[in-house]
Amino acid sequence: MHEMSLCENIREIILEQAAESRFTCVSRVWLEVGPLSCVEPGALRFGFDVVMRGSVAEGASVEIITPPAKARCLACQTTAPIRQRYDPCPDCGAGPMELIAGDELRISKLEVL
Amino acid sequence: MCGTCGCGEGQMTIDGKHHHSHPREIALERDIMAKNDGYARANRQRFRDAGILALNLVSSPGAGKTALLVKTLDMLGDTPCAVIEGDQQTTNDADRIRATGAPAVQINTGKGCHLDAHLVGHAVEDLNPRPDSFLFIENVGNLVCPAGFDLGEAHKVVVLSVTEGEDKPLKYPDMFAAADLALINKADLLPHLDTDLDLIVANARRVNPQLDIITVSAKTGFGMQDWLGWIKATHADQQSATAAE
Repeated sequence: MHEMSLCENIREIILEQAAESRFTCVSRVWLEVGPLSCVEPGALRFGFDVVMRGSVAEGASVEIITPPAKARCLACQTTAPIRQRYDPCPDCGAGPMELIAGDELRISKLEVL
Repeated sequence: MCGTCGCGEGQMTIDGKHHHSHPREIALERDIMAKNDGYARANRQRFRDAGILALNLVSSPGAGKTALLVKTLDMLGDTPCAVIEGDQQTTNDADRIRATGAPAVQINTGKGCHLDAHLVGHAVEDLNPRPDSFLFIENVGNLVCPAGFDLGEAHKVVVLSVTEGEDKPLKYPDMFAAADLALINKADLLPHLDTDLDLIVANARRVNPQLDIITVSAKTGFGMQDWLGWIKATHADQQSATAAE
């Protein structure tokens, strides 16, 4: 359940931003969670609700954006979507490929009041 | 009309005051791991500046990390070493390490499933490892969460015991992708098992073709010289890379 500690990081970033941008209530949070980021979206949502209690983001809704995982073949340079880290290149069969997207873990934006 | 935002009468109020209920969006694009990664960078710099080789040992519970470390420390003899032990509870592992004569600090993570760079930074302050020494960080037994947390180590070393099944690297690919060395431990049990060692190696390389792999037995000492050789060669590489900077 490292999703709980990730939620604590998210809360800290939101609190810093609240002081900087002077808002008192967050109504929505967009999180970018790559499919290969070792994070379970369900556990992240659960942890979010618990961790945000009593903060400016209590009750905020969470939108999870899942960017597609992509990788580049080191042999033939093809870029292709992948499902798992060790998927071989769909073109030349070499593998595994170098991950270029899919392990993101970012707060992309906030909707605040 | 509101002088700030131009909204009309009849707007929602809180505690009788006009409330600017117009939602606005703030673009952040902030990495959630940024704070941990900042501490990890500071740790890594500290280790490199002092010529310390820091290795982060990760495995599932019971793969034999502590027994392997105890054997390693015994074999390293007078070479300066220090150990950070991570477990949810108890000081058992640090006690086992201290019995070898090596200084050790135990971090109890409570409910936490991994060490993070901030915890390790504080442990390093307590431990104050000697310059040019080896620092072993034994992570919480867990093949999932520690993969995502950089501690500032030079390398992650994943320990896998032969009783765990050949497909472990495929079931937990993130950890094997993050590691630079895999130690396949408890080799002394192989004659009693149906385990296919070649298949473990093949599966680990399928996830990470660059992975170094050494088969060892902390109990009999099999393969331990190769592991010590890897540590010393890696330390020498780090020292010459730092000198060249």
